[in-house]
Amino acid sequence: MEANSSKKKGRISRVRHWCSKHFSDVPLLSWLIGAPVAAVLEDFVGTPLALGLGLPKVPVLFGFVLMLKKPLLIPSILIYMILIYILPVVVTAKLTAPLFNRLASKLLNVSGRLSVVIHLLLLYAGLHLWSSISAYRLLTLKLTLIAVMVTLSLNVINGYMGEFSCSHPGFMALGAYGASVFTVLLFVNDKIFGPAHLPAYLAPYMFPIALILGGCLASLGALAIAIPSFRTRGDYLAIISLAFMFIVKSMIENLEVVGGPRGLSSQPDLAALPIVFIWAVLCIWITNNFVRSTMGKALNAVRDNELAADAMTVNTRRTKIIAFLFGAFWAGVAGGLFAHVLRYVNPGTFGIQKLAEVLAMVYFGGLNSVYGSILGAVSLSLLSEMLRPLEMLKWIIIPLLLILLMIFRPTGLISFKEFDVIKLIQPRNNSREKS
Amino acid sequence: MSHDFGGLRAVNNYNLSIEPAQIRGLIGPNGAGKTTIFNLITGIYKPTEGSIIFNGHNIVGKFPHEIASMGIGRTFQNLRLWRHMTVLEHVKMAQYSKITYGIIGAFFGTAKRNREEAEIEERAFKLLDMLGIKELSDQKVVNLPYGAQRKVEIARALATEPKILLLDEPTAGMNPEELAQMMDFIRQIHSELGLAIFLIEHRLRVIMELCEIVQTLVFGEVIAEGPPDEIKNNPKVIEAYLGKEMVA
Repeated sequence: MEANSSKKKGRISRVRHWCSKHFSDVPLLSWLIGAPVAAVLEDFVGTPLALGLGLPKVPVLFGFVLMLKKPLLIPSILIYMILIYILPVVVTAKLTAPLFNRLASKLLNVSGRLSVVIHLLLLYAGLHLWSSISAYRLLTLKLTLIAVMVTLSLNVINGYMGEFSCSHPGFMALGAYGASVFTVLLFVNDKIFGPAHLPAYLAPYMFPIALILGGCLASLGALAIAIPSFRTRGDYLAIISLAFMFIVKSMIENLEVVGGPRGLSSQPDLAALPIVFIWAVLCIWITNNFVRSTMGKALNAVRDNELAADAMTVNTRRTKIIAFLFGAFWAGVAGGLFAHVLRYVNPGTFGIQKLAEVLAMVYFGGLNSVYGSILGAVSLSLLSEMLRPLEMLKWIIIPLLLILLMIFRPTGLISFKEFDVIKLIQPRNNSREKS
Repeated sequence: MSHDFGGLRAVNNYNLSIEPAQIRGLIGPNGAGKTTIFNLITGIYKPTEGSIIFNGHNIVGKFPHEIASMGIGRTFQNLRLWRHMTVLEHVKMAQYSKITYGIIGAFFGTAKRNREEAEIEERAFKLLDMLGIKELSDQKVVNLPYGAQRKVEIARALATEPKILLLDEPTAGMNPEELAQMMDFIRQIHSELGLAIFLIEHRLRVIMELCEIVQTLVFGEVIAEGPPDEIKNNPKVIEAYLGKEMVA
């Protein structure tokens, strides 16, 4: 008998080995500066390069849509990607690595929080510059950030606490309508709600209140799921949560005061990229704080063995309430942002289709993991946009991908991996002490 | 207390009185109701009749986590560990009732939360060190051998700082060497922590060597109660374990 998996493993592990050999000493700071560099480069030479390669214009979303529509242009698109994205990022990263390793370690010595803020500013700069080229990119980026919030908040309930909750679209709807009613009522001359009550310049300052109100409304709704969860788990709770989602959708459809099935529009333009970015970062930061604490790990204890958790002084009821209300809150905030990005919201958005999308993002990205939620949200959002020209096929390809993933990696791409911010931003050189 | 499951009287007129630092035992054939009694004491079931007084308070009707916080710790017959957690995380989780930082601390990483988390971790390391399993602290419990898992289960219960520890068949599935180690382990925690221990066991050897007073439970009723030597020679006990013919 001979064990012969070495051939295939060799190729993959050789690639990984090469990557880690050449890039293991590149700190996150260097990668983050690569993005703005590529974006600025694209700003200056993007259009001439694209036209020179025979492309009609700068490919908006990494050229995948173009690849599907005009397969003959694939080589040109690949050249463009390499010259504008891959090469600048990689070269910048490698070149700046020594300097930025020193910078990263100096920053960490001054203050961990300062270092994080600088990383976030760089990240934002990259995103801002990249998305400033086209309105479509901006919209996709905002929707992706919102998807990250939705996925992470659902992961708290389905991943960390191991329930199967189908109520997330309902929470999003409550948040979307809650925030929208608040802003439209107060700041917009609208035929349903009458004249604006407050001056327009106050709107950006009250927007956080609108979002929090939406989130709290969603949390209130979550009590309808949390309380039954004391007595039931698994399939039964899934049915209850599914019922909740339908109830919320139908309720809104029947509420003429918020527009019913025609929806609610004319939300003020308050969801600018920095706002959406800040809320997404807040969501990730707070959720990560929570799940790393002993109080947060109690969610895992309830999932893995509730009886034992009870016997070990864990207040399982309180844990379940916190998890559901927390997850619902962020879904509500995400819903509020969603309503203000599109400046229109209608109940049809928050049905079975949305449920399938959010569940796919959570299970694809990875359960019980912040990395997984980010990856799942970003990859499925982008995939969804890239496959847009294929229309119906899109909803065959994405589920097929999910099935394939479930066979080979049942818990998702990156699951059960802890998100340690300090480890992420540490300098990567051999002189550093591994903590 | 007595307890019914529908029409079945699982526990009938059960009486127990246990003093601080006493070691008591509970033996009986499978299905006698021993684990049910543990479940009644720890609040998983509410007795149909009767009361349970702990430290002067009647704990009947309280939630299991409240009873655990008051000082009744337990282990489970078939090990109820948390698959995705490490040994250290188990011992930290059992200190849940000591957390005072609330959701504000949990969400925002306040100084109070960081301080309390550090204290919890320190207490956890101390306990693991005392029990001799500190080297295992970063291991996921599912990777440990069975004997080590049993120790982790007990360590976790001890982290709740119980005044009385209920051990449900701690030596199940062990070979003679592991058995001797486990008995030493139990003696060690009894002498170092001074807690009362109530032990469910099948092996008479363990009962003989560790317990001061033993109850024998058959079909939910105590048929004999006394020091191990008396119980060993009690004809009713022998009949329950070995059958009527052996008594003569």
